[in-house]
Amino acid sequence: METPISYVPILIQLAVALGFVVTTIIATHFLGPKRKTKKKLDPFECGIESSGNARVPYSVRYFLTAILFVLFDVEVIFMYPWAVNFKALGLTGLLEMFLFIGLLLLGFFYVIKKGALKWEDNN
Amino acid sequence: MTQYVFYFLSFLAILSALMVVFSKNPIHSVLYLVLTFFAIAGHYVLLNAQFLAVVHIVVYAGAIMVLFLYVLMLLNLNVDAEPVKKNWVKFAGVLSGGLLMLTLVATFHKAETMPLIQDNPEIGVTANLGKILFNEFALPFEISSVLLLSAMIGAIMLSKKDTKK
Amino acid sequence: MENYYLFKIILVVALFVVSLVVAMYSTFAERKISALMQDRLGPNRAGPFGLLQPLADGIKMFMKEEIIPNVSNKTLFILGPCLAMTTALMAGVLIPWGGKVEFMGKPYDLQVTDLNIGVLYIFGVTSLGVYGIMIGGWASNNKYSLMGAIRASAQMISYEIAMGLAIIALIMSTGTMSLGEIAAQQDAGLANIVYQPLGFLIFLICAFAELNRAPFDMPESESELIGGYHTEYSSMKLGLFLFAEYINMFISSAVIVTFYFGGYNFPFQNEINEALGLSTNMATALGTLVMFGKIFFFIFFFMWIRWTLPRFRYDQLMRLGWKSLIPLAILNILITGVVMWMNGKLN
Repeated sequence: METPISYVPILIQLAVALGFVVTTIIATHFLGPKRKTKKKLDPFECGIESSGNARVPYSVRYFLTAILFVLFDVEVIFMYPWAVNFKALGLTGLLEMFLFIGLLLLGFFYVIKKGALKWEDNN
Repeated sequence: MTQYVFYFLSFLAILSALMVVFSKNPIHSVLYLVLTFFAIAGHYVLLNAQFLAVVHIVVYAGAIMVLFLYVLMLLNLNVDAEPVKKNWVKFAGVLSGGLLMLTLVATFHKAETMPLIQDNPEIGVTANLGKILFNEFALPFEISSVLLLSAMIGAIMLSKKDTKK
Repeated sequence: MENYYLFKIILVVALFVVSLVVAMYSTFAERKISALMQDRLGPNRAGPFGLLQPLADGIKMFMKEEIIPNVSNKTLFILGPCLAMTTALMAGVLIPWGGKVEFMGKPYDLQVTDLNIGVLYIFGVTSLGVYGIMIGGWASNNKYSLMGAIRASAQMISYEIAMGLAIIALIMSTGTMSLGEIAAQQDAGLANIVYQPLGFLIFLICAFAELNRAPFDMPESESELIGGYHTEYSSMKLGLFLFAEYINMFISSAVIVTFYFGGYNFPFQNEINEALGLSTNMATALGTLVMFGKIFFFIFFFMWIRWTLPRFRYDQLMRLGWKSLIPLAILNILITGVVMWMNGKLN
């Protein structure tokens, strides 16, 4: 029943989506007027002259959020095959997953305790 | 038909993988890597390993590559900021890459190819995968959770050291 | 087999057109609803009741000057909105829009395709939605854009986890990841909302955050970040970003309806269809209409919240996502597991 054939309509959809996007970008490129000036092409900074490069290093907290996201994402993905078979796996499966979730929560509480997800203070 | 799709996907995978290496802009490299992952996910679909295909997209393209992008943005990356590598670093890179290549070539040169026989062509479907994962491989599954826990603790330790400075 | 592909192509094109029209009229509805809530008139000049306003907006977008800042990365700057729009359009493929349709004498599902990993596909496309925003914001090389892009992506990835966990509880009770089956299961029994009220609440809040909509719209707060990641964008590239947002809203509403509110099913549908003596196609059309009614309610709900609630602060948003929603979602999984075990649903 489930074969790679089911994925063909996704390719059709992708073709339509890409077609639309490319056409739009090309069309808008040719339709609009072109009166460029130096000032117009400067990055916008509320009307004052823009200073310096925008790409400055920022808070390590975002980075930490991304790392934790990757880890939690993997854990969440692991639960999907279990959830599909939840009824068939029965109590054993439930207990296995409780252990897994227990370890996940252990890490989660450690992360919170260490204040890695704390956004309130400024340091 | 499947064969043509296979060739197309392989071509796409190799081309975009090469572009990862040859792009000057690291952000482009990341995007080419995402494309490579899509091509490989396509291969998984052809093998009817659907769960693996979608997990490949979610975890690699959706999570790990986002982390990579974050790192690149965090590095204060500008066009001219890339430092020129020292010669011995280049030499070490070429040497280690060459050794890896040699090992791979030697391995596959000796390897015998066998036609793949699947006991159960539906094994890649999520429901079947889950049954095996939670019955036969329950212990590795739990251990993987310990691994993720240690990774979490490691990430916190590293970033905490940074914030104290 | 040819008929099968013909049907699929027609469906894809129809879905595409419907998505665009709904997105266009969502912009119009947003302005009308905000006007209603603020005791104004809203757009009323273009056509009767201003109904042609979205068309006028669209034409204006195409005719505007295309500006690419001279410090930006040109390729990535163009790629950003393209990625955003493509991912938005890819999400609708798996939604079951109705029951069976007879086409050239054969029954087909009114669904572009049904995968047994359907839910994960939706999850994957959502996670790819970050790229358009991140690339666009970074390539602009504008401080506001970069701030907006970083905020948006951190917010989206944070709420994705709670969303994934909320869906797991749903899958535990449905036992399938195929959207077609999830919708079909709610045919006879009750809608999933009855079994998963907490899961629905978490999913709904996460949908707001994923869509960067108020009260979670820090990434594009006008008063602070001047539009956030799309500050530098003009002409149809801005249009693609905005359009993608409204298409995402449409698809999210459709996903919510399919997951929790019975999709195209409605109470006493078999009795009603029999009483009216409808053919298969007509019954499906009625179901689809009902589904669109539910979807429009959720689109209205998204707008209602936007014009009612003030914006959260960023630390509040992060606290809600990580420290409230994730534990709640895990609790929801545990409750679902234990309740189903006590009801003897397990083997």
